[in-house]
Amino acid sequence: MSNPQQLRYSKEHEWLSATEDGVATVGITEHAANALGDVVFVDLPDVGATVTAGETCGELESTKSVSDLYSPVSGEVVEANQDVVEDPSLVNSAPFTGGWLFKVRVAEEPGDLLSADEYTEFSGS
Amino acid sequence: MSPTPRHTALDALHRSLGATMTDFAGWDMPLRYGSERDEHNAVRTRAGLFDLSHMGEITVTGPQAVDLLNYALVGNIGSVGTGRARYTMICQADGGILDDLIVYRLQDQEFMVVANAGNAQVVLDALTERAPGFDAQVRDDRDAYALIAVQGPESPGILKSVTDADLDGLKYYAGLPGTVAGVPALIARTGYTGEDGFELFVAPEHAEKLWRALTEAGAPAGLVPCGLSCRDTLRLEAGMPLYGHELTTALTPFDAGLGRVVKFDKTTHADDFVGAEALRAAAERAEAAPPRKLVGLVAEGRRVPRAGMSVVADGKVIGEVTSGAPSPTLGKPIAMAYVDAAHAAPGTPGVGVDIRGTHEPYEVVALPFYKRQK
Repeated sequence: MSNPQQLRYSKEHEWLSATEDGVATVGITEHAANALGDVVFVDLPDVGATVTAGETCGELESTKSVSDLYSPVSGEVVEANQDVVEDPSLVNSAPFTGGWLFKVRVAEEPGDLLSADEYTEFSGS
Repeated sequence: MSPTPRHTALDALHRSLGATMTDFAGWDMPLRYGSERDEHNAVRTRAGLFDLSHMGEITVTGPQAVDLLNYALVGNIGSVGTGRARYTMICQADGGILDDLIVYRLQDQEFMVVANAGNAQVVLDALTERAPGFDAQVRDDRDAYALIAVQGPESPGILKSVTDADLDGLKYYAGLPGTVAGVPALIARTGYTGEDGFELFVAPEHAEKLWRALTEAGAPAGLVPCGLSCRDTLRLEAGMPLYGHELTTALTPFDAGLGRVVKFDKTTHADDFVGAEALRAAAERAEAAPPRKLVGLVAEGRRVPRAGMSVVADGKVIGEVTSGAPSPTLGKPIAMAYVDAAHAAPGTPGVGVDIRGTHEPYEVVALPFYKRQK
């Protein structure tokens, strides 16, 4: 698998897009999706909620386990991906595209995220 | 359990197939090869291939093999015909379940006891301890067998294409020696999926050849390799207990709703089999005033109950989830749980599961969740 170069990555295996018009998109990496197995339920933060970098903001449930979702960035949630709520398998089939989770109006650009190459080395895939 | 996991004879093959491996009862086993939901659905609708070589085989032979097993186990092993199998349990003197087992009568005086991987040593020790005084031998055959299962509605056709054995004459819970894909095998019509299927006990050196032959024979019918993850959801849908979850030493077979496996009318040792006295008391208690009952729960929402979560009603804890998972067949989360008898009737209103602080509503249903159409 390859981690898209234009994204930034957290050590909790979330990705963050480049910020456009103040808004950035959050998802989980293919590595994380593979480790979870089939995702069957996603609990996303509500639109309007404030998320804080490094803190939990939702959960992802798979056949075998439930995992906390961490926000890689601080800001206000402006959109949650209803397609993923309806069909959580999108997280497995398209983690970097159609399986995105939520969009944030960025309050502060995070400084401690990894580049694609750094994340590939960190996650081993 | 050794700190270094054991590997089955098919280990390299699993890795070449890209399996995600997991430690299970001290064995490094395939958890899934791709999507566990796809693997689950393949077994329900077509066929799946499993490596179950972690299961523990123990052979009991001798003129008094029947007597030893009647004494050591709760079932009436004397009534098992040659070539047939029986689901049974081995209990402590206090009636607590040490393991659930399948016993195959291979010959008049030869039985194969198949134990769960995590309990194989316990079962071997218990049988060995209970053997003195009987003209019978208990042999550890854990390393003598690899076990490959082919399960699902297409499995008879797939197996027929690689064996001349009389599968049509092989009933559910029967086993016969034969040749499959050119290798000698004990062919058993048993499984843990709720589907028709077979379990093939072979020498470890023959496992890879058999696996490859079944993979090839099954490809046109849609057979896929399957890991332990879908095995768990398949058995859960079928309402089958898993040791360590629904069955423990703290419970008797009657507590687990499986009192039917305990026989007080055995061919021998009906009165003095290990656990007999405690189990008689447990039978009466289960009849008169059962403390808790094993029930099915079906979610009204989408959050998944997990083992250890509390079952609640009216703000009180009334039970505990023993197994839970999203059910691919029902499309909803399901669980097995022990609940107070007052809340155990199907349709009992107001029952929920405490999922990380939120009381999610659940419907109490009779087990199993899924029963195949025959």
